[in-house]
Amino acid sequence: MAAITKEKYDHYIDSLKFALYCISHPLDGFWDLTHEKRGTYAAANTILIATVLIRILKLRYTSFIFVTVYWEDLNIFLYIASILFPLSLWVVGNWGLTTLFDGKGRLGQVYMATCYALTPYPLLQFPLMIFSNFVTVDEKEFYAMVSAISLVWAALLVIAAMGQIHEYTAGKNLLFTIATLFSMLVMIFILMIFFSMISQGVSYFISLGKELLFRL
Amino acid sequence: MKKIVKGAAAVFAGMMVLTATPLTAYAGEYGYTYNYDYWGDVQESPDFYNVCKVFTGADLGLDKNLSNPDGIFTKDNKIYLCDSGNNRIIELQRDSAEKLEVVRIIDSFEGDCDVKTLANPTDVAVSDEGDFYIADQGNARVLKLDKDLQYVQSFVKPEDNTLDPKLVFQPTKLSVDSAGRVYCIATGINKGLIKYEADGTFSGFVGATPVTFDWTDYIWKKFASQEQRAKMESFVPTEYENIFMDYEGFIYATIATNEDKASKKDNAVRKLNLMGSDILVHNGEWGVLGDLYWGSGGGYEGPSIFTDVTVMDNDIYVCLDRNRGRCFGYDDQGNIVFCYGGNGNMNGYFRKPTAIDHIGHDLYVVDALDNSITVFVPTEFGQLVYNAIEEFDQGKYTESGESWENVMKQNGNYDLAYIGIGRSLLRQKRYKEAMKYFELKYDDDNYSKAYKQYRKEWVEDHIVWIVLVIVLLFIVPLGIGKTRRIKHEIDTADIFMNTQDGEK
Repeated sequence: MAAITKEKYDHYIDSLKFALYCISHPLDGFWDLTHEKRGTYAAANTILIATVLIRILKLRYTSFIFVTVYWEDLNIFLYIASILFPLSLWVVGNWGLTTLFDGKGRLGQVYMATCYALTPYPLLQFPLMIFSNFVTVDEKEFYAMVSAISLVWAALLVIAAMGQIHEYTAGKNLLFTIATLFSMLVMIFILMIFFSMISQGVSYFISLGKELLFRL
Repeated sequence: MKKIVKGAAAVFAGMMVLTATPLTAYAGEYGYTYNYDYWGDVQESPDFYNVCKVFTGADLGLDKNLSNPDGIFTKDNKIYLCDSGNNRIIELQRDSAEKLEVVRIIDSFEGDCDVKTLANPTDVAVSDEGDFYIADQGNARVLKLDKDLQYVQSFVKPEDNTLDPKLVFQPTKLSVDSAGRVYCIATGINKGLIKYEADGTFSGFVGATPVTFDWTDYIWKKFASQEQRAKMESFVPTEYENIFMDYEGFIYATIATNEDKASKKDNAVRKLNLMGSDILVHNGEWGVLGDLYWGSGGGYEGPSIFTDVTVMDNDIYVCLDRNRGRCFGYDDQGNIVFCYGGNGNMNGYFRKPTAIDHIGHDLYVVDALDNSITVFVPTEFGQLVYNAIEEFDQGKYTESGESWENVMKQNGNYDLAYIGIGRSLLRQKRYKEAMKYFELKYDDDNYSKAYKQYRKEWVEDHIVWIVLVIVLLFIVPLGIGKTRRIKHEIDTADIFMNTQDGEK
């Protein structure tokens, strides 16, 4: 408890407020985020938690006109993973690639910047979620548009953030964005092979054990 | 160790026997009538229709048993059955649901015509004047006989340049409208329904089915050689399976669903207007295509194939699936009302259903392999649903709501009951309650209708508060800004500045 001092708390609030500056002035903001040390991990974690939380809340509190949930089939952990898993793949993949091609960002900084870039999602989706309960199907287009804006905005911010923290030119940045997406696919492929190998290995020893039991 | 394993095996086997017995017992009692909910899940339902009686040739008192009956037509209290295998048409009088009487057997006729007998008649229709229209398939003609069985005219193969001259005209199904125009389906003709004017002239094809194809097929075809292309399926419209003319003169036509190309939102039924365009209302969550699950089960697989359709006076149409031997009822909005039936030898199951028609709410299903007519009458549950729907159509919204409440008491998994109650409440201007029912069954259109009214009412009731809040929202920051500015001016005013300086 003693760790939370007034000074640290103020810094945390400042860094959280800085997210608002980042999303409106991405180039300037993301440069300062790491180079001027305006961002904190605490704020990045807060934004990420808010994003996951909003995504879960949306299931229950968005009007059924926009989101219908088949509750019998919903796995909340898989649902949370649907954000965290691609995010971690992105962060690791991006860092792994850029570190080979003189990117200046470190792993933690890539994580922090990506989380900061997610800010528009909770910021727009939360009011939208409340708003959805006060509209009819005729006004559906508005919801869809704002929802799309929040996603596109976040995506553009991620790209801008990567360019700034790695100190890349625009062309190089785009190239590495696409390369990172490919590296994510490669990682998924390797993970799938890994897990299927593991499960086969485990089943081999299980059958070995069974055989042993029968012969005893 | 072995003993333990053996013991465990015995216990396991015992458990299997114990659990298996009730399972087999369940199979007979459940699963006859069901429904699809919003998610497309199968929901068990109380029986909608009961078998009243199954009529075979002997039950009807016929000399020869029925053979391969293929078509049925009802008018008022008369039933006309095509006993195709015996080349005759049997006219039956319906005295009550469980009593049918043979009026006459039509196997030949009089008049100015060379062939005065029928050969494989597959469908029959009777006009308002009592004229018979018979699809005399074996003789390549559609016959028109008057009510005393005198030959009037015959409709033959249409003279159309696009038709293959070698093609033998084989009319299979037909309908007649109030003006005496004949619409007919013939084997090998896929340009739509063949339409004849009342005087027998061919006046064109109407309502060809839209051509559907995969773009992948299209690309393959681009690269294929001539021989390969010949082997591929060509992109042509499919033939209709059957037609039925409803009481308003619209033609309901069924198409076989193509398993490869169909989505679960497609319709296998088309409602054709005079122009031949499809006007079937389709607001249901799923297409009008019968079963949603096409996997192999009980030896049958693939989509439902609607071999016939009949439309009741309350706009509910019942389709007959010849693949799994089931009946599917849909309402005028394309929502599923009931599904029941199956392939089998028990009463209420079919072996090769070919045709369906109705008198009132009773359904008559013809089985070509069993050589029988099965008469279905609505159960109490079915009657309740029909009452609820008809009361709503007649504008008796409160009564309809009460009927739907009773329906819901018997079947809590019935989406239509919830939406029916909701629609009744909506008409009674009880928007808030209606919204609750619509939300439960994910009916966003009706929910929006109710919510729009509710929102309007709410705004009208609270207009004073809304104005107040808005005014406050504007005035408060304005006031704060004003006081600040005054304060600022006072603080920076010269006289006070001077005194402040003086104090310093």
